[in-house]
Amino acid sequence: MLLNASGCLDAVTAPEVARQLDAFVTKTVTPLPRPGNAPTRIVETEAGMLNSIGLANPGRERFLEHTLPMLREIGVPLWVSVGGFSAREYAEICGRLDGLEAIELNLSCPNVDEAPESASEIVAACRAATGLPLYAKLSPASWDIGEAARAVEAAGADGLSLVNTMRGLALDARSLEPVLGTATGGYSGPALKPIALAAVFACRRATALPIVGMGGVTTGRDAIELVAAGATAVALGTILFADPDAPIRIRAEIGAELELLGFDSLDAVRGVAHSGGAVLAGR
Amino acid sequence: MRRRQRLRVVGVEPVGLYTLLRLERGGLEPGIPGQFFMLSPPGRVLPRPMSLCLAPPGELAFLLDPIGPGTRALCGLEPGDELAVFGPLGNGFDLRVERPLLVGGGIGIAPLPYLSEVLGQPPAVLGFRSDAHAEAASLLSQAEIVVDPVLVTECSLGGHHVLACGPEPMLHAVRDLVPDAQLAWEAPMACGYGACYGCAVEIDGEWKRLCVEGPVLAA
Repeated sequence: MLLNASGCLDAVTAPEVARQLDAFVTKTVTPLPRPGNAPTRIVETEAGMLNSIGLANPGRERFLEHTLPMLREIGVPLWVSVGGFSAREYAEICGRLDGLEAIELNLSCPNVDEAPESASEIVAACRAATGLPLYAKLSPASWDIGEAARAVEAAGADGLSLVNTMRGLALDARSLEPVLGTATGGYSGPALKPIALAAVFACRRATALPIVGMGGVTTGRDAIELVAAGATAVALGTILFADPDAPIRIRAEIGAELELLGFDSLDAVRGVAHSGGAVLAGR
Repeated sequence: MRRRQRLRVVGVEPVGLYTLLRLERGGLEPGIPGQFFMLSPPGRVLPRPMSLCLAPPGELAFLLDPIGPGTRALCGLEPGDELAVFGPLGNGFDLRVERPLLVGGGIGIAPLPYLSEVLGQPPAVLGFRSDAHAEAASLLSQAEIVVDPVLVTECSLGGHHVLACGPEPMLHAVRDLVPDAQLAWEAPMACGYGACYGCAVEIDGEWKRLCVEGPVLAA
């Protein structure tokens, strides 16, 4: 199952790309409209990119009245990414949503202030507000992501989205000042792949929740590796910026790579990385 | 109709201090002057937005200033190499104009040769920071060249419909002189098709993605 990472595709602007996916995940919706952060918002780095978009979105009311009906017409199963600055804000949006395949709780945007509550408190508040499947999107910048996964599971999460971007900084070639308007931004792209693999691997050990694996997926091989580490679905992020045809290409590459490796299906690959009994360093 | 395709390099030619990258057109359409394409430099994570400079038969040509790793990688391509190209993208200039005058600054002259050709070679005022950069004016006929950037904004623009592309201070100055000018803006962008929100700019209190609503905006 192939999705987009939240914030990496606008299905209203590019429905033909969204239709290549098994489900479309929206940009994060917050209670009030957010213009986003001051420019510059994007910079390429050695092995990835930094973004400082800052959850630009039209806000809950306009999303529900205007954007969501347009998204429903595209004909792709929908996930809505929900954000907020308190558990109550997250829960209020969740309570207004229905007719979706899932809700993804953005608990880990590196570009905005965090809610004062813990991830599990936010999940618990949302659990009380909706019966829809809830996926908790976690940051890879945690020492024990397995423990974080167990905590959100106990709070009622139905699945995990692993991983969000990591905070990074790029300096201008001449001035040595930060390139991004907010100085730091979220680091994504190929450099994130080993980090995402480690997070998926650790969370698969920690819980039995379904996992959407994402982080630096560029090829079919990358997607297969995330599944081998324990992901049940894979999402595409930065590669969608570079190649809007990536979903079609990556599906074809997955098929070819499975054949090369001698697996009948992606299901046969799932969790294979755990079969050798490797000991997890640290936790 | 925008498409993404691998195109073959047919020429990499110096134009003053800039480089003209000529590609086989393949199945891509040249689009409207002012529209742009995403060019994927070898070895880089993100493609780079480039407005079409010239559209000779069977080719697409882009004027590049090798100022960073992406543009240097593009300028380092050789005939026979291939790269992924996606476009045409965004909104180009509105061509239904009378008495057009083209105004360009530096690498911002990139879309003007194609625009000039489509509009029947109207007069153009081009500003550059050095004589070596100004050699790029050879891509346009009927160009008046200035090398002192202050002078660009002191030219008489009255009575013309101005279509401009160049550095932001130049565009602001043109807008002050000619409120109804069409201006082609620039911002760092990752995708070119409305996905990343990297190129959003605030215009009259509304945030617009330059790749979708622009890059050409009425002032």
